[in-house]
Amino acid sequence: MSKETEVDIIDQVVSQEYKYGFTTDIEMETAPKGLSEDIVRFISDKKNEPEWMLNWRLKAYRHWLKMEEPNWQNFNYPQINYQDIIYYAAPKQKIQLDSLDQVDPELLKTFEKLGISLQEQKRLSGVAVDAVFDSVSIATTFKDQLKEKGIIFCSVSEAVKEHPELVKKYLGSVVPYTDNYFAALNAAVFSDGSFVYIPKGVRCPMELSTYFRINAENTGQFERTLIIADDDSYVSYLEGCTAPKRDENQLHAAVVELVTHDNAEIKYSTVQNWYPGDKNGKGGIFNFVTKRGSCEGKNSKISWTQVETGSAITWKYPSCILKGENSTGEFFSVAVTNNAQIADTGTKMIHIGKNSRSRIVSKGISAGKSHNSYRGLVKINKKALNARNHTQCDSMLIGNKCGAHTFPYIEVNNKTATLEHEASTSKIGEDQLFYCNQRGIPTDVAIGLIVNGFCREVLNQLPMEFAVEAQKLLAVSLEGSVG
Amino acid sequence: MLSIKNLQAEIEGKQILNGINLEVKAGEIHAIMGPNGSGKSTLSAIIAGRQEYQVTAGSITFNGKNILEMSPEARACEGVFLAFQYPIEIPGVSSINFLRTAINERRKYNGLEPIEATDFLKTMREKMELIKMDKSLTSRSLNEGFSGGEKKRNEIFQMAMLEPTLAILDETDSGLDIDALRLVSEGVNKLRNKDNAFVVITHYQRLLDYIIPDFVHVLYKGRIVKSGDKSLALELEEKGYDWIKNEVEQVNN
Repeated sequence: MSKETEVDIIDQVVSQEYKYGFTTDIEMETAPKGLSEDIVRFISDKKNEPEWMLNWRLKAYRHWLKMEEPNWQNFNYPQINYQDIIYYAAPKQKIQLDSLDQVDPELLKTFEKLGISLQEQKRLSGVAVDAVFDSVSIATTFKDQLKEKGIIFCSVSEAVKEHPELVKKYLGSVVPYTDNYFAALNAAVFSDGSFVYIPKGVRCPMELSTYFRINAENTGQFERTLIIADDDSYVSYLEGCTAPKRDENQLHAAVVELVTHDNAEIKYSTVQNWYPGDKNGKGGIFNFVTKRGSCEGKNSKISWTQVETGSAITWKYPSCILKGENSTGEFFSVAVTNNAQIADTGTKMIHIGKNSRSRIVSKGISAGKSHNSYRGLVKINKKALNARNHTQCDSMLIGNKCGAHTFPYIEVNNKTATLEHEASTSKIGEDQLFYCNQRGIPTDVAIGLIVNGFCREVLNQLPMEFAVEAQKLLAVSLEGSVG
Repeated sequence: MLSIKNLQAEIEGKQILNGINLEVKAGEIHAIMGPNGSGKSTLSAIIAGRQEYQVTAGSITFNGKNILEMSPEARACEGVFLAFQYPIEIPGVSSINFLRTAINERRKYNGLEPIEATDFLKTMREKMELIKMDKSLTSRSLNEGFSGGEKKRNEIFQMAMLEPTLAILDETDSGLDIDALRLVSEGVNKLRNKDNAFVVITHYQRLLDYIIPDFVHVLYKGRIVKSGDKSLALELEEKGYDWIKNEVEQVNN
């Protein structure tokens, strides 16, 4: 391809419209703009929370006031005015929901449009869904079936009321409110999210999934997810997210905590498709999220898989604390940035237990004038005998205006550890594109093919139902981004 | 089928082709020979639609259509196939997936529905049998870690699957041992019929022992300086390219 054509094509970057950019017109109940103790009380009050929950929030809020926003990241973002955000927005509902019949049809329609049917009979069997709209959970499907096995799958608000002993024990146990600026903010104002408890010896019979939707203007979304897998249990959980197109940036500061006990396993998958902003970088979600799992028990395992294609800025490091002997942590990531998007993502693997193992596979794809950073920490503590880590970190560049950056940190305090780090950077070559073209494959399709090939190892980790969706999403996010 | 008239082309201001004339009819096999740097690969790249070459004069029509105006993928869908001298690796993309995508894009171009999975697999088995292709290659990443011979055979396999009307083999024999050369040639001979045509680009007469050309053209300094039947290839082998070079120089003087 000649220089001119290459530039021409890059200039045509992304004609594809963001598919989920519509808004739902529905009567909302919102908190007044801004953040104060009163707002924290307001949220807690709206949710009819017990005293201990409110106190925890207030402690977090007071701690947050003393903290400073971090500045070590590899990007700049406009100053966030925390007094300009609405911290609570919920569709107005007068009665307590007992069944889907009572859910506002407008909301059901919204989720239908997003490809999420909340009508159980229409759902793919094998996937239970919790749907979160702005600040509240709208519905959770297959609850009864799960209940038979002793599995709790509900919104966090409900768990606070119905299962306070579990929430008290685990909330903040992996990500304390003192952890970081955004985690503290989340602890103070979190409005909803999913709660999962898998009892001893139970293998969850279906995929659990939460679908997050930001709708209201000027709001932030601060959900909190807590998943506990008791001894000898297993669960696979998936979250998906979208938001309408809006010109202003919206903050999404979520916290996810995972706990696995002896021989338990949690597989946590994310397909993140928040609105990325327009091609000049106007609007889009700031996706500043803290995700961490603790492998408490021996032989326990936590596996993170993420496909990140949306958001103006993605800033998160789903991590594993490997306390248990023989525990395993995994992180499989595909991060795609196009246009003016930014991603600074990776993981932390903290080895504490003997024979703990971790594996990191990160695939970063940058197109347009975006920047994509992998940042990862592998830390071997003194007592972690024979710990092992393997890290593979591959970057792909499309065009010549984007950037790929890698910040691997390694800290080893035990000589018996074995660590491996592999990294590569490649460019979708003109030769590869021409080869595909010559076989009759147009450039856009060829890029999808090449990128999906590049990410295959990660996509293979996704549950079947979502792998196909994720593949399409990758192709769409890069449409028109040829170099 | 293929008609090239007075084709002139350059890359970065450097003239490579100086007026090529070539007529290829259905059912024919044309061999193009010539010393290094004579413009053989440039010619095949221009027919396939590589954009770094600038065509400065002349025309190429394929089945009556001016293909110089078409994108490379449109030319492919019209039935032009190029077996690459250096096939490209695409990590993580299986040969099967790649071929199915290619076939379906071609079907789409022709207004057809995507191919049924069972039909696709059946065709694939037949063609693998036809050119004695190892089954394991099709599930591996495209060309990744393939030996030189495997890559070339995979090109022929793709050609068998895509059933082009015009196939250009760009030095398909380079880097092949005798056994692989025979397998590749047998593949071509089996795929040959009265409706398709081949342009075989090679340095050596050796390949033409297996793939018998109807016409042999000698390319030198961007021009076809001599054409003949297969005996021309033998003569070249015997006398070397200096013979042609001298002849051309004499004419020029």
